[in-house]
Amino acid sequence: MSFIPGHPVTAVVQRIEIHKLRDGDNLILGFSIGGGIDQDPSQNPFSEDKTDKGIYVTRVSKGGPAEVAGLRMGDKIMQVNGWDMTMVTHDQARKKLTKKNEDVVRLLVTRKSLENAVRQSMMQH
Amino acid sequence: TWRKRRERSRDRHKSRSKESSRSEKSVTINAPPAEPLLGDQSVRGEEVQDDNWGETTTAVTGTSEHSLSQEDIVRISKDLDDSVGLDCKRYLNVALSVILGLVVFLTPLAFLILPHLLWPDRLRACGTACEGLFISVAFKLLILLLAVWALFFRPPRAGLPRIFVFRALLATLVLLFVLSYWLFYGVRILDSQDEDYQGIVQYAVSLVDALLFIHYLAIVLLELRQLQPFFSLCVTRSTDGATQHYNLGQLSIQRAAVVILENYYKDFPVHNPALLTASKSRAAKHLAGLKVYNVDGPGENNAAAGIAQSQSRAMIAAAARRRDSSHNELYYEEAEHERRVRKRRARLVVAVEEAFTHIRRMQEEEQKKAPGDVMDPREAAQAIFPSMARALQKYLRTTRQQHLHSMESIQQHLAFSITNNMTPKAFLESYLTTGPTLQYGKDRWLARQWTLISEASVTSGLKDGTVFLLKCIDFSLVVTTKKIPYIQLAEEFIDPKSHKFMLRLQSETSV
Repeated sequence: MSFIPGHPVTAVVQRIEIHKLRDGDNLILGFSIGGGIDQDPSQNPFSEDKTDKGIYVTRVSKGGPAEVAGLRMGDKIMQVNGWDMTMVTHDQARKKLTKKNEDVVRLLVTRKSLENAVRQSMMQH
Repeated sequence: TWRKRRERSRDRHKSRSKESSRSEKSVTINAPPAEPLLGDQSVRGEEVQDDNWGETTTAVTGTSEHSLSQEDIVRISKDLDDSVGLDCKRYLNVALSVILGLVVFLTPLAFLILPHLLWPDRLRACGTACEGLFISVAFKLLILLLAVWALFFRPPRAGLPRIFVFRALLATLVLLFVLSYWLFYGVRILDSQDEDYQGIVQYAVSLVDALLFIHYLAIVLLELRQLQPFFSLCVTRSTDGATQHYNLGQLSIQRAAVVILENYYKDFPVHNPALLTASKSRAAKHLAGLKVYNVDGPGENNAAAGIAQSQSRAMIAAAARRRDSSHNELYYEEAEHERRVRKRRARLVVAVEEAFTHIRRMQEEEQKKAPGDVMDPREAAQAIFPSMARALQKYLRTTRQQHLHSMESIQQHLAFSITNNMTPKAFLESYLTTGPTLQYGKDRWLARQWTLISEASVTSGLKDGTVFLLKCIDFSLVVTTKKIPYIQLAEEFIDPKSHKFMLRLQSETSV
């Protein structure tokens, strides 16, 4: 998942569909995000590359819609409903996730275990 | 009540000392095989020790007060001052410099006029360029005259003991210069009776140019060179330790002494001999309480020097060992003096303030009644002076300043303050603090005739570590020289971009 400027980013991603839960007036997804191009990437505990300014999942609440959908802590969110999440500010990411008129968010997330799994399966062949 | 407390503590002190071991108070004197007290004649007479020597011998104390008072000394020294000194030296200097100036000034004119007088028919006519040079000579001579007047003909500020080296050098240089020009003129122009008048005029112009350059040299040597500070001089007064520091350039010792003395009159508080008597009496008391008795009586004869040495050693040993309570006395004395001064000062300030408000009230009344009839400040001063005179005199006596101010001077100062609308605090300022010497009348200075005492020659320049003395009759100023350190400045460049800071956050939002 290292980022070389000028080259496209390639990653193995998993599609996750989260249905928002209505809690009173709010629609919650049940996880917390960290990161963004306006944040300090060196403090990110989940990233492999400490210059990676992408959006990461820092916490998943137990039993929430995110956990049910298969989101795990430490996942990097690449896309939200088609919107790119690799080069956004923290606030832009929050806005894309908490749109009031959307009930479902379709995320593309990547994690290290996915790449290992794909490599292993490729090696078997 | 505090005085009783002091006596009580002293008694307690004495009883305590009696209880302590006797050995602390005893003095060991190495008994010298000494001469008897009364000399050789008594040895022959007194073979048997007289047991009643405690009552019959009389000891002569070492302290005796001379009855010559301070005023007598001042009067004697003033007589020495008023006698006319070597003023002929000053007049000689002035005369020489005026003669030199005249010679120098008239030389170019002489160069120009002499050909016209001696061989007018053979001279070639002076063209336009030559006449232009006349104007240039005239203006350059005018500038030279003004410059010489500005630099050299100023009233002298001091009389120096030795010649002023730079001035003498410059005078010699000018003299040699002008003489060499005259020599050349005499040999090549007067003897051969040159017809080229333009050349002669150009020669005169070159002389005036060179004189202006010599004047420039004079400015640099006499005025500019010492402006850049190079040495720091520390001046200490020997009687009370008042110290000042001055930064001077590269000067000779005598010129530095003049600068220091000029600054002395404005920087140092006036010398007050009345303030020094306290420490002198303390020092006298310290050793006067000890007397050396020869207990062994007529013994072997010895050299007188041995006795004197052993006696002084004994006295020093005794003085070091005895329980000295003079520091205690000093402390209490100073505390009491401070309190007394403050009390008198409070009374004085109140009296003066009341007097001034009285004047202001009277002034307002006068203005209301008759606008043209204002009181003369002198009369006003005389009117209110008696109300504050007593308080002021008491204060001056407590601070031992009473000899510095006469009644006439106080009244004058009061009239001056009233004229200039000063507040009572401004009026009192000159009495509450001792001002510099210049503030007081010339007869109170006690510092008029100065002597320069120096190991190095007084015309030599200041060097690091030079020490010299400026002695007056009552006190002396000790001057030490230190070189100002060479300052090496280094530069450090700070990129303005390094001052930009980015606040890096790491926030977590739950969605």
